[in-house]
Amino acid sequence: MALSDKDRIFTNLYGQHDWRLAAARRRGQWDGTGGLIAKGRDWIIEEVKNSGLRGRGGAGFPTGLKWSFMPKQSDGRPHYLVVNSDESEPGTCKDRDILRHDPHTLIEGCLIAGVAMGAHAGYIYVRGEYYNEHLVLQAAIDEAYAAGLLGPNACGSGWDFDLYVHRGAGAYICGEETALIESLEGKKGMPRLKPPFPAAVGLYGCPSTVNNVETIAVVPTILRRGAAWFAGFGRPKNAGTKIFCIQGHVNKPCNVEEEMSIPLRELIERHAGGVRGGWDNLLAVIPGGSSTPLIPKAVCDDVLMDFDALREHKTGLGTAGVIVMDKSTDLIKAIARLSAFYKHESCGQCTPCREGMGWVKRMMDRMVEGRAEVAEIDVLEQVTRQIEGHTICALADGGVWPVQGLIRHFRPMMEDRIAAYKAAKGSPQPTLPMAAE
Amino acid sequence: MVEVSTANEVAQPASFEFDAESNAAIETILKRYPPGRQASAVIPLLYVVQRQMKRQTDSAWVPLKGMDAVAARLGMAPIRVYEVASFYFMFNTKPVGRFHLQVCGTTPCWLRGSDEVFHACKDAAHVAGYGQTSEDGMFTLSEVECLGGCVNAPILQVDDDYYEDMDYERTVQLIEALRRGERPPPGSTIGRQTSAPEGGPQTLLDVPGE
Repeated sequence: MALSDKDRIFTNLYGQHDWRLAAARRRGQWDGTGGLIAKGRDWIIEEVKNSGLRGRGGAGFPTGLKWSFMPKQSDGRPHYLVVNSDESEPGTCKDRDILRHDPHTLIEGCLIAGVAMGAHAGYIYVRGEYYNEHLVLQAAIDEAYAAGLLGPNACGSGWDFDLYVHRGAGAYICGEETALIESLEGKKGMPRLKPPFPAAVGLYGCPSTVNNVETIAVVPTILRRGAAWFAGFGRPKNAGTKIFCIQGHVNKPCNVEEEMSIPLRELIERHAGGVRGGWDNLLAVIPGGSSTPLIPKAVCDDVLMDFDALREHKTGLGTAGVIVMDKSTDLIKAIARLSAFYKHESCGQCTPCREGMGWVKRMMDRMVEGRAEVAEIDVLEQVTRQIEGHTICALADGGVWPVQGLIRHFRPMMEDRIAAYKAAKGSPQPTLPMAAE
Repeated sequence: MVEVSTANEVAQPASFEFDAESNAAIETILKRYPPGRQASAVIPLLYVVQRQMKRQTDSAWVPLKGMDAVAARLGMAPIRVYEVASFYFMFNTKPVGRFHLQVCGTTPCWLRGSDEVFHACKDAAHVAGYGQTSEDGMFTLSEVECLGGCVNAPILQVDDDYYEDMDYERTVQLIEALRRGERPPPGSTIGRQTSAPEGGPQTLLDVPGE
């Protein structure tokens, strides 16, 4: 059973309708918001917990629990809500549609989340490239102010709440929550060592919570329709609806809001017109944005799209950016291009990442050619294990996981490439000791 | 990390002063941040510099004197502004052409043919390669990392606008239109409704209130 339109939260995902306030209200947004807020902070957090909502930015941390980490009482420092709209994980373009087509779902969510965490101010950090999208969002915020939905006594709730848009300037690392905070404070986006966590020391040294756009934007509908409604979709602990971005070698790439735990094959065939050349032409899928290791067709045949099912296959739901690759794909090159991405985006703070991402990229470039020794595949694998977990943030982890996934599932393809190179050009020079160039 | 030009490679203007339009923008920007936290405005103000340079010289870039002006306005040490300007990829620290062609080359776009978009840019805009500007000063070509529009891949970003679902032919047509002084509407170049599947949405056909 696919999700029906009446259960879709983002009713203007494709921008067929007007994004402005009057139309958003017709579609049910900002309906009874003041009343929801009047039920109080504890009720909001409890309801979000009961809904089973897990963060939509990639890590899947339970949202209600995260909110409950904010101090109950202010110690004099203000609290801040920070919304992560940096959306830079390759394969991910869902928040873009929320910003430009359904901005009021986000703005209403910000007010509610602000109340729940005792914040009187929120910042939405939008990636710099989303210039046109940020203009729509700002215009929607201006409308909300004019209508009394933001500002003093927002929405008649008795709560003062200000909301600001802040544009980044093209740095993937700023999607990491503490790098985002650094960037918002006017610095280079270099992640902070945790603890302290942002809920204790975040923006401007004040208690802060950073949430993804989609996470915040689904909250008003959850509160209106009830936690049980949202929890009714997907398997236990994987609740809700989710925007999937289906792309690559499919007949009709698209974004679509679907039920969690939908089978991958059904998702691709029902919404994206199927794999180019048919299901049997499928080679592999990166299921949740570039950081999640690929899965071969045999796994894709029956895997479910949720946090736990994908984890069983040593990958993840991530941001639900589904990158489909058919049999025409040079898979080694596809992964090598991701290695180039992570090299480019490393902030340079931690040595294993700064040096490692470049090393992995150069190694992968040789693997694309086959200009390597078979034993170097093992060296590559081992070095990725040395990088993983040894840095302040997860960028380096996400940078090596795609390579690990490639080796795990397609090592024979890499060996064949090496054999072909040797057959054509003889043993590569230089060999093993020069792997780090 | 970003490759940064050092000052002596680029002819830098001798001075930079915010004009009236920029000053108005700065006033609005500074209201967003709490008192004493105006350093938060460094990225927004660097954009203000880049836009003013575009207005005044037809090249959107941030000269050193512009960074100094941002530092002075925000009460920051100039080096703090330099390091931000060089850390973030979207600030051009040397002049660019009238149109900045930015080809997304990350895997989702590459799978859908971004190499063709790159070749079309080279051919039609007469640019030698990435990081280069055409001799007539019209086009600068850059490779950028994932633009976050992956279901509409491949994407060519021209200045602030995304042109989506590109191929070789349509890229050439777009560049020729820009050269003629036209500005085709951004978005899908094959008539798709934004991120909906080709041929029209298969969901959201029954939306209450619409």
